[in-house]
Amino acid sequence: MTTMAVPRIVSARVHHDDSHTLDRYLATRGYEGLKKALAMTPEAVAREVDEANLLGRGGAGFPAGRKWSMMRKNPTTYLVINGDESEPATFKDHLLVENDPHQIIEGAVIAAYALQVSQIFIYLRGEFALGLERLQSALNEAYAYGAVGHDIFSSGFSIDVVVHPGAGAYVCGEETALLESLEGKRGFPRIKPPNFPAAVGIYGEPTIVNNVETLSNVPWIILNGGAAFAALGEGSSTGTRLFALAGRVRNPGVYELEMVKNTFSDLINDPALGGGLFPGRELKAFIPGGVSAPWFFPEHLDLPLGQEQVDAAGSMLGSGSVVVMDDQTCVVRASWRITRFFHRESCGQCTPCREGSGWLEKILERIEIGQGRREDLDLLLDACDNISPGLTWPPQQTTICVLGPSIPSSITSAISRFRDDFLAHITLGRCPHV
Amino acid sequence: MSDPTSVGDTADELTFSLDGRSVVAHKGEKLIAAAERAGVFIPRFCYHPRMKPVGVCRMCLVEVDGPRGPSLMPSCFIDVQPDMVVVTESDTVKKAQDGVLEFLLINHPLDCPVCDKGGECPLQDQTLAYGPGESRFIEEKRHFEKPIPISELVMLDRERCIQCSRCTRFADEVAGEAQIDFVGRGPHIEVAPFPELPFTSYFSGNTVQICPVGALTATPYRFTARPWDLDQVESTCTTCSLGCRVAVQSSSNRLTRMLGIDADPVNQGWMCDKGRFAFEAVNDPGRLTRPLVRKNGGLVEVSWYEALEAAAAGLRKARTDHGPAGVGVIGGARLTNEAAYAWTKLAKGVIGTDSVDAQLGDGLPAELVVGLPRATIDEAVNADTVILLTGDVREEVPVLFLRLRAGVRYGSLNVVELSPGDTSMTGLAAASLRYAPGEADELVRILLDVKAPTPNGMHPDEFADARRLIGSPRVVVVLGRGSRSEDETIMAAAAQRIAAALPGATFLPVLPRGNVMGALDLGMAPGLLPGRVALDDGAEWFGRWWDQVPAGRGRTTMEQLADLASPEPSMGAVVLLGADPWADVPDRRLVERAFDSPVFVVAVGTQIDSTTERADVVLPAASVHERSGTTTNMEGRISRLGQKLVPPGQAWADWMIAAELAVHLGSDLALESVGAIWDEIERLTPLHSGITSAVLGQPGAADGVVAPLSAAKVSLFRRRGRQMDPVAIPGVESTNRQGLDFRAGWAEDPTSGWTGRPAVPVNPTEERPSMLRKIPAYVAPVIGRVDSYSHRLMATRCLYDNGAAMAKSPALDALVEPATLAVHPHDLDDLGLSAGDRVRVKTASTSMVMAVRPDPGLPTRVVALPMNVMLDGVPDGSRHDVADLIDVTVPVTVVRLETP
Ligand SMILES: Cc1cc2nc3c(=O)[nH]c(=O)nc-3n(C[C@H](O)[C@H](O)[C@H](O)COP(=O)(O)O)c2cc1C
Ligand code: SF4
Ligand code: SF4
Ligand code: SF4
Ligand code: FES
Repeated sequence: MTTMAVPRIVSARVHHDDSHTLDRYLATRGYEGLKKALAMTPEAVAREVDEANLLGRGGAGFPAGRKWSMMRKNPTTYLVINGDESEPATFKDHLLVENDPHQIIEGAVIAAYALQVSQIFIYLRGEFALGLERLQSALNEAYAYGAVGHDIFSSGFSIDVVVHPGAGAYVCGEETALLESLEGKRGFPRIKPPNFPAAVGIYGEPTIVNNVETLSNVPWIILNGGAAFAALGEGSSTGTRLFALAGRVRNPGVYELEMVKNTFSDLINDPALGGGLFPGRELKAFIPGGVSAPWFFPEHLDLPLGQEQVDAAGSMLGSGSVVVMDDQTCVVRASWRITRFFHRESCGQCTPCREGSGWLEKILERIEIGQGRREDLDLLLDACDNISPGLTWPPQQTTICVLGPSIPSSITSAISRFRDDFLAHITLGRCPHV
Repeated sequence: MSDPTSVGDTADELTFSLDGRSVVAHKGEKLIAAAERAGVFIPRFCYHPRMKPVGVCRMCLVEVDGPRGPSLMPSCFIDVQPDMVVVTESDTVKKAQDGVLEFLLINHPLDCPVCDKGGECPLQDQTLAYGPGESRFIEEKRHFEKPIPISELVMLDRERCIQCSRCTRFADEVAGEAQIDFVGRGPHIEVAPFPELPFTSYFSGNTVQICPVGALTATPYRFTARPWDLDQVESTCTTCSLGCRVAVQSSSNRLTRMLGIDADPVNQGWMCDKGRFAFEAVNDPGRLTRPLVRKNGGLVEVSWYEALEAAAAGLRKARTDHGPAGVGVIGGARLTNEAAYAWTKLAKGVIGTDSVDAQLGDGLPAELVVGLPRATIDEAVNADTVILLTGDVREEVPVLFLRLRAGVRYGSLNVVELSPGDTSMTGLAAASLRYAPGEADELVRILLDVKAPTPNGMHPDEFADARRLIGSPRVVVVLGRGSRSEDETIMAAAAQRIAAALPGATFLPVLPRGNVMGALDLGMAPGLLPGRVALDDGAEWFGRWWDQVPAGRGRTTMEQLADLASPEPSMGAVVLLGADPWADVPDRRLVERAFDSPVFVVAVGTQIDSTTERADVVLPAASVHERSGTTTNMEGRISRLGQKLVPPGQAWADWMIAAELAVHLGSDLALESVGAIWDEIERLTPLHSGITSAVLGQPGAADGVVAPLSAAKVSLFRRRGRQMDPVAIPGVESTNRQGLDFRAGWAEDPTSGWTGRPAVPVNPTEERPSMLRKIPAYVAPVIGRVDSYSHRLMATRCLYDNGAAMAKSPALDALVEPATLAVHPHDLDDLGLSAGDRVRVKTASTSMVMAVRPDPGLPTRVVALPMNVMLDGVPDGSRHDVADLIDVTVPVTVVRLETP
């Protein structure tokens, strides 16, 4: 299968140098979706999105239409766009923010109209300096153009958008931590239940949190109809999706692919996509949906890029980041690095994550540098079990948010498949790869 | 308030399944609390029954059945739901709890042998019950610099912190001062104060008390004792008249620590730092331990016999020279109830003088205080409206601030504040109206007169709100003194005006010194006899049981001082009863003139101070926690004091001094033990009728009993097996064991009854005189012309002052800031002055130079100074305070400011 057959939805414009400007945007059907939406009833707009079965692209894959319908009725409600994308190897929102900010704004305003919210916040990862600049100037252009603000396109609908840069914490991508951070507090996730944002969100008011990519699909859906979107893909995995391909491949990058119609092998090996591994290398493992996801192995290569299919195989599409590891990759080092990331990014609020992540990281580091003990493997698994009881997928948790149970994924994947690699470190007294 | 410990109202009940049993809980009750009541203790660290749950430590995970099968839920965070199925003992729960405990320990320094918390540590205790027996952690632990100060009183050991956020939540949620918070993320998270905002809260000690590990320690306690060496008894703090229930702990006959006890109607577990740390003054090596008599100008240590003889001789001479009214008694507000009764009986019943006053001119007229309908703290917190007509409650009765704040923040209380300047309550008040010092009564008059227009300078909406709110059905007036440099009758008149206009309103008096209410209730004021009885009404009745009763009304403290200061004093002797007029009376020059007279002075006290310097006879008394008996708080709540220490040297309990002095005066009080005194009080007064030692000794009455019983709206036996924070205060010995009948140092047989006098009938209720029925009418004095070049002086009270409790407690004394004259910034600009500059403050009769500071919380033309705090910027560095400026002969002290 080649990429040429793939319709581009969210990345249609990004190859233009000036894709971030209003001129280019307007020249490529920009804000037509919004104009069309404003002529419809809010309910009709929401129905299109529901019909599209647009799955959330932020990680959990929850259908946006369903989420919207769950918002508690209230005079004041909010829409928050999650652009905090901070996970290692995840960079697809980054592309959209820098290269198609108007699409995000248009999607957000359409969603705001469908939801009849009082205000939009866009929470952007603080390190996206260029993204912030482009999004902010796009917003200024959009205000000037009349697509945001008072009485949008003379429709009588008014909405304001506030862009808020984060302060460098990955955990603030977790929606309730994000809301705390937006409220000016420490980015501590809230306990769900009862603090589901659609019921109790920012400032205690009902709030819909959607990912940047999720909403970037909305203008297309309105222009082309939910049914057209649903016609792409298969089953519940409709439309296209951005995949951020990283690791040991020839062409890392962001690729928009129709859901289900392609396999992991296509993504990694197709010359127009990942272009395969480096010469002479063999695939050892790959992460299908960001570092929180359990790993896949060569036998999973032919699995289609669809949510149910990946879920059924025991992992998730998650944040849409695919990381390739070849036979030169040290899996001990990989899981140590991932664990170290979670340890550093734990908000520190709850005990199992704050303490457990640090302990796991230290053990892994010790094994990696050749000071491991055989019993460390069971210890690692048991400590993981105390964060995520039963080590099941989807995970149970002793923690407040799912950052905690994300920690065991790489460790249990690596140990269960590559126990020998760990033992080699232990018996050799050093990392066999260095 | 609903009793949190019992299931009462069935409409409020629901049933759920706990480990296979059916258990009844309240609606809205947290699972952890419901389980605990049902006898299932779920381990916990971050949960505190008096704060909102956060569910962060994860120690309390239990399995709750849900649509997707059982899952682990924090039991501190979730409300019990009808038919919830909860399992607390499954393998999954056990493993999760063991796992959390292991995680908490991996980075914990385990320096228990040198940790103050060792031996009473919830982390140690729960490690015994949960978690693996051995450590599987072989990595290097997280390190931090060992304890760092986060305030003058509190040290933080970050290695020991388990990030439970109890301390930070207390600061924010309970104290309303988020001066400490977490900084850093994940492994680097630590508790810290803000760089520009030090942790100065008056309530900081509570964070130490509720810290579940040894991360927070208080400087006065650090390394002074091991918990297992501590002896402790439940008692009441008598530092102020709020009366927090406390655990008093000692080791080797030295006080080591005070902890707040969760008395639901009073302090709910909290204390202020002054109450918590002022115990150091009791341990002060400079305490008075021997009786002293002045010989050839110097004080000489003598035997008790000689001292009492000398005192009796001086008093007798004064009585001979001037009649019974020639003897005065000043003070008594720091005594126990029993000692107050003994001294009243001595002064009024033996000597025959009515010039007895427990207040020092800084309170309110006694008849007003005892005569107004009284409110409880709970009634105030749950009222529709509290009218604040008092000084800053956080400065004067700190824990009342916490209770009122909770009423506003978490309840439906509205506060209407009438004050001369901003206070800690201003930000919480629905309306805060300013009056110029001296004009409180005028503001109340206008507020109550619906036809009166909004006064100049007041916001019409705010004024209208205040007027509307004071018309609510349930109104409580917190009544005290907004300023000590204005005549007390101004507040009295204002209070009377409110009482007349709002007949349903009840009053909560805020008067200085711990047992002032008990002293007034036991007759330590002119015109009163024990039990809130007017002298005239009770003369016949008390005359039956006492040698005599005073022939007529005596003098207040201020009247006594004025008499002594007059050219021809009609008094010959004064007993200073645990009172220091030099420190507390608002008019220093009056005090000095009074004691320049040749008056014979007997000082009964615990410390060497100005009174000892002037006294002819000094009698050393037992201090707080060295005596048993009872005390009465602002509500009229009588609670028991537990004696923890034996008084040092030859110091005696105050009541014994009275009893022995009576003998030396040729009489006999016939009071032979604390218990016997209480029996006599209960049998004689209308106020205490029915509140027998047995009633006070009921375990359920540990939170105290509000007198009179007939008016008690609270249940006598509130305290059941209630959920105290198990993280603090394990196993406090009750006052029942060390209570009313403790007779340290008393030689005679305490079981012998009355001697030489008819037996008091057991229940003479019908014959007892009635309590005060008519309060005299107070009329606010007319304020003379105040020209626009003058400023009215406001004298406030400040928690951290130069009083003896602070001065002799090193940790607290370091916190006292020298006083600077607070001036509105505009007025400072007019004078061309800025912060720290000196100004000359002139009154009609004196003048003084001191430093100024801007205070935008004051109205213009009003300047403020705290009472009993040494002034900053006095040129020769000599010790002066606001009392050197105040002139009590004018209704309000007016000053002029000049650049010196
Ligand atoms: C630790 C953590 C980090 C997350 N980071 C992000 C993020 O950077 N961007 C994002 O859109 N969602 C992130 N999520 C998922 C959000 O919580 C939330 O599910 C999502 O924003 C919802 O949007 P969607 O329904 O459009 O996917 C994160 C979740 C967790 C637990
Ligand atoms: S799981 Fe980790 S990131 Fe999530 S709340 Fe707990 S400590 Fe914070
Ligand atoms: S210092 Fe104590 S109370 Fe504060 S967070 Fe740490 S362990 Fe908890
Ligand atoms: S508020 Fe009053 S009674 Fe309570 S601790 Fe402080 S001084 Fe003692
Ligand atoms: S999470 Fe419940 S007690 Fe800490």
